[in-house]
Amino acid sequence: MRTPFERTALEHGAVVWRVCRGLLPQHDAEDAWSETFLAALGAWERLDPAADVRAWLITIAHRKAIDVLRVRARTAIPTDEPPERESPLGRPGSRDLDLWNALAALPSKQRVAVVHHHLGGLPFAEVARLTGTTETAARKAASDGVGRLRTLLEEDR
Amino acid sequence: MTIPALDTPAVDPGLLERLHARLEAGATGDAAPDVHYRTVDSPLGPLLVAATERGVLRVAFAREGQDAVLDALAERVGPRVLRTPGRLDPVARWLDRYFAGSTDPFAQPLDLRLARGFRLAVLERLRGVPYGTTVSYGTLAAAVEHPKAVRAVGTACATNPLPLLIPCHRVVRSDGTIGAYLGGTAAKERLLALESARGAIRQDPGA
Repeated sequence: MRTPFERTALEHGAVVWRVCRGLLPQHDAEDAWSETFLAALGAWERLDPAADVRAWLITIAHRKAIDVLRVRARTAIPTDEPPERESPLGRPGSRDLDLWNALAALPSKQRVAVVHHHLGGLPFAEVARLTGTTETAARKAASDGVGRLRTLLEEDR
Repeated sequence: MTIPALDTPAVDPGLLERLHARLEAGATGDAAPDVHYRTVDSPLGPLLVAATERGVLRVAFAREGQDAVLDALAERVGPRVLRTPGRLDPVARWLDRYFAGSTDPFAQPLDLRLARGFRLAVLERLRGVPYGTTVSYGTLAAAVEHPKAVRAVGTACATNPLPLLIPCHRVVRSDGTIGAYLGGTAAKERLLALESARGAIRQDPGA
């Protein structure tokens, strides 16, 4: 890539944040976001100018998030999903926090599929490639996840 | 691409700024960008200031177009171009002081890789033209031992990658008119007026 990193990569700062935050609690998401862009900065020159920068960044963010979750799994009592520490009860009136909490309550496969497809905007083929599954399975996981999210968010209102 | 019946969550700009600051702080050593940059507000409009790890590389006026300047730096120096306001604070402070009337020359390291050969020689010479003085294109040509290269000196000034820090605004025509300037003639007049307010502009015989 020959274009300035700041303009071409950081324009995706918000979407990468949503992906990191969709997969991780606030504090870990901040670490993952910074590590994603640091790694991207280092690899920028080698990136094919024809590449889809957003998809590339989300791929890096995905790996960083998996790394964080692995460390957590090794250092904490293994649970399927770490609880959201900052507000276990949710904050009334904060719909974003409701969404993050609801995402954290999904089974891992559904959470990842919903985040990458609906928040990251990745096509299911890409989601499947990232998660090592088939396109059909990724589509089903996202669909099941959205259904479950709706229920969780309705219960909350 | 949002979850049906759900808005894409808005991202607080303050959070993104904070995350960006962490990125800036982490991008050092082997991870340092090819080019750092920031903008600095000035009486001549916003100035783009860019630097490498070696020193200040480029100062650009708004009329040059920030995107065009950054594109050129990415092409010429390297595409790992990152906005790092904090690390360019010393340059911003010098510019603020200059526009407030300080006569101190710019003493921080420069990266002159954007100039070569004759143009570089002209710029090196130009660095020695003191505050509040002017020199003609002809005098400067003679000073770099090419007395007939007046036009080439004009080109060297017009392509100065570091206006203000290397004072090409102090080069005027021998007939007394002020000549062209990267930032526009009005900007050059303004700079010469600023410097003359601190004492009459005088011809610098030594340059």
